Amino acid sequence: MRDLLTIAFMGVGAAFMLIAAIGVLRLPDLFTRMHAATKAATLGAACSVAAAIVHFGPGDAGVPATLIIVFLFVTAPVAAHVMARAAYRVRVPLWKHSVRDELRPLYKDKPPA
Amino acid sequence: MTDGAVDVAVSVTLAVLVLAFTLSLVRLLKGPSLPDRVVALDLMAVLSVGIMAVTAIGLDAPSLLQPALVLALIAFLGTVAFARYVEKTGSQQEEREGDT
Repeated sequence: MRDLLTIAFMGVGAAFMLIAAIGVLRLPDLFTRMHAATKAATLGAACSVAAAIVHFGPGDAGVPATLIIVFLFVTAPVAAHVMARAAYRVRVPLWKHSVRDELRPLYKDKPPA
Repeated sequence: MTDGAVDVAVSVTLAVLVLAFTLSLVRLLKGPSLPDRVVALDLMAVLSVGIMAVTAIGLDAPSLLQPALVLALIAFLGTVAFARYVEKTGSQQEEREGDT
C-alpha cells in the first residue's frame, strides 16, 4: 500500500515536471513559458518530495521534506513575479498574437528602467 | 507490492526527469533573451530538487533530502539576483543578449 502510494506520487510528479519542461521549450514567449515553469514544475517537485515522505515515513524525512515543500510553494511565485516584472520593464517582446497589454500605457512616460 | 516495483518506478521516473532536464537545457541554450535563460535555469533547479528526492527514495538515503532543501533556497536567491541584474542593466543589455 505504502509502495503503491510512493509510486503514484513519483509518477504524478514526473509527469508534471515533464509537462513543465515541454511547456518551457514549446510555448511562444517568455511570459507563457514562465507560466509553465513556475506552476507545473513546482507542483511536480512537491509531489516527488511527498513521495519521499510516504516512502521514509514522517520520522526519517518529515522535517526536511516538509520544509522543501513549504519553501517551494512560498518562493516560486515570488521569484516568478520578480522575474516577470524585470522582464516586462526591459521590454521583452510579447507573443505576436497577444491581444491586449493594459500595463504598457502606465509605463509610457518612463524610460525603460 | 514488492520492493522491486519501487526500484523500477524510480528508474523510470529518473529517465523522465532527465528528459525534462534536457528539454529545459535546450531552452537555456536557445534563449532568445536573458530572462528566458533565467527561467530555464530556475526550472532546472526545481527539476534537480525532484531528481534528488527520487534518488533519495532509490538509494534509501533520507539524508539526500537536505541538499535538496539547500538547492531550493539557493535557486530562489539566484533567480531574485538575476532579476535585479536584468532590471538594472536595462534594455541595451537585453538586445545584445538577444542576438547571441
